[in-house]
Amino acid sequence: MQSNPDHDNYRSAQKRKLALRRLSPLMTILFLLLLWQWLSDRELVSPILVPPPADVYAAFAAALDDGSLVKHTLVTLGEMLYGLLLGVAIGLVLGYAIAKAPLLEYILSPIIVAFQSTPIVAYAPLLIIWFGTGPTSKIVTTAVIVFFPSLVNAIVGIRSVSPRLRDLMTSLNAGPWRAFRLLELPSALPVILAGLKTSTTLAVIGAVVGEFVSAGSGLGYLVTTARYQFDTPLVIVSVLTMTAIALSLYSLVAYVEWRSLAWQRRSAA
Amino acid sequence: MKLRVEDLVVSFRNPDGELLPVLGPLSFSVSDNEFACVLGPSGCGKSTLIQVLAGLLPPTSGAAYSDGQVITRPLSGAAIMFQDTNLLPWRTVLDNIALPLEVAGISRADRYRRVRKLLPQLNLEDFERAYPAELSGGMAQRVALGRVIVQKPRAWLLDEPFGALDALTRESLRLELLQLRAGARQTLILVTHDINEAVLLADRVIVLSRRPGAVVADIEIALPRPRAADMIYQREFLLLTKEIRSYIDEQRA
Ligand SMILES: Nc1ncnc2c1ncn2[C@@H]1O[C@H](COP(=O)(O)OP(=O)(O)O)[C@@H](O)[C@H]1O
Ligand SMILES: [Mg+2]
Repeated sequence: MQSNPDHDNYRSAQKRKLALRRLSPLMTILFLLLLWQWLSDRELVSPILVPPPADVYAAFAAALDDGSLVKHTLVTLGEMLYGLLLGVAIGLVLGYAIAKAPLLEYILSPIIVAFQSTPIVAYAPLLIIWFGTGPTSKIVTTAVIVFFPSLVNAIVGIRSVSPRLRDLMTSLNAGPWRAFRLLELPSALPVILAGLKTSTTLAVIGAVVGEFVSAGSGLGYLVTTARYQFDTPLVIVSVLTMTAIALSLYSLVAYVEWRSLAWQRRSAA
Repeated sequence: MKLRVEDLVVSFRNPDGELLPVLGPLSFSVSDNEFACVLGPSGCGKSTLIQVLAGLLPPTSGAAYSDGQVITRPLSGAAIMFQDTNLLPWRTVLDNIALPLEVAGISRADRYRRVRKLLPQLNLEDFERAYPAELSGGMAQRVALGRVIVQKPRAWLLDEPFGALDALTRESLRLELLQLRAGARQTLILVTHDINEAVLLADRVIVLSRRPGAVVADIEIALPRPRAADMIYQREFLLLTKEIRSYIDEQRA
């Protein structure tokens, strides 16, 4: 096949545009790092408030060396994952039940609305009183905060299943399990995965807020103790670690979404 | 499968709570292996009739019967093709056609083997991995038809299967439908608002009135089979379509 030079030009222009788009976020990060270095070099801000990058790196290396960073990260990560699992599971199951039996929504609405409209920082201390200062209270805090988006997305997802497709499944004499697996689940999946992405970032908040209130380990605990010791570099290291956790989990779910919703991309093309 | 409706009436409640009759009272019966077309103007209750026959909608009064039994739920021997293609957008062509087999608990290897045997007849061999949104209107209709055929139904209930297509595609699909049915003999009820389509395909045309649809004519189509596209220019064909048109025009008056 003869290639048309106009098309080739168009294609390479598209490629350049795409590469630029991919690189832009990295450029932003690089710029911020350089700005940070420059501010410190000129001593425009106090090193107590914004320590130079080298100090932060040193704090990072030290925390990594003595194993404390890994230990605290694993604690927070564990609380988050268990909390996510618990909150998402209960949210999805209850959401499915509510979508199927609207009466349940009326029965449960006072509890759900109360949970949703109270700020997490307000009931975190209460959860500490009930579940102790160990990881359990943080797991519960995380579960509570991720529960609501999962619930809502399950309800919305299941209720938006096409009634005509339901008719199709009925005409095929599909039982409830097959209707769930072949119709309801795949139909609701885009909404549920979008909700799960939100939930991962909320999970970090849940675990860390719990640790702020009272804890003996975890990244939230690390921030609190470093702050009391005016160890700003260590505070920054802990905060950046939380960011890294949140971003990794978010990307993981985004990847799962990307893989399982290939049909949507191809349908849109 | 013999299908019959007797004194069938379907009414829907409108938003004000009043009962709005959309179909009937009507009675007719379609014998085993017969191809009947139900012809009627838009909104006369054709889709409603198909849904009752498919066991998806309980009638307000009267009943539908299959082989003498009252239809109260979807029959395993009957397959419905919906007015729009009603495909699952997240499933490929292969998996959409295989859906009834998967619901029936047939293994993946068996499902795919049976669907792949069907694909050439449907002119879909090269598209088994395509998603519905990637198909043309005609191909999507073929997939929906394949989903009916794969069930090996004794009764086909087709709701305006070619309604949304351009004239040329519609014409070729009509003849494909006759070929697909030619092998095994089954009872067919096809709903349409196209007179030529009804006469070209059917053994019998049942003409419905405007809403609420009732039978205004029941006409035997004694044209020879196999039918061909150019039959529409034959004298007998024209006489039949003219007769049917007169029943429909009467309605309008
Ligand atoms: N679920 C429903 N509730 C209320 N009215 C309906 C419902 N389904 C169909 N109708 C009405 O019944 C009439 C017949 O509909 P339908 O059977 O789809 O007609 P056709 O298929 O012949 O065009 C229409 O006027 C339509 O608006
Ligand atoms: Mg209709």
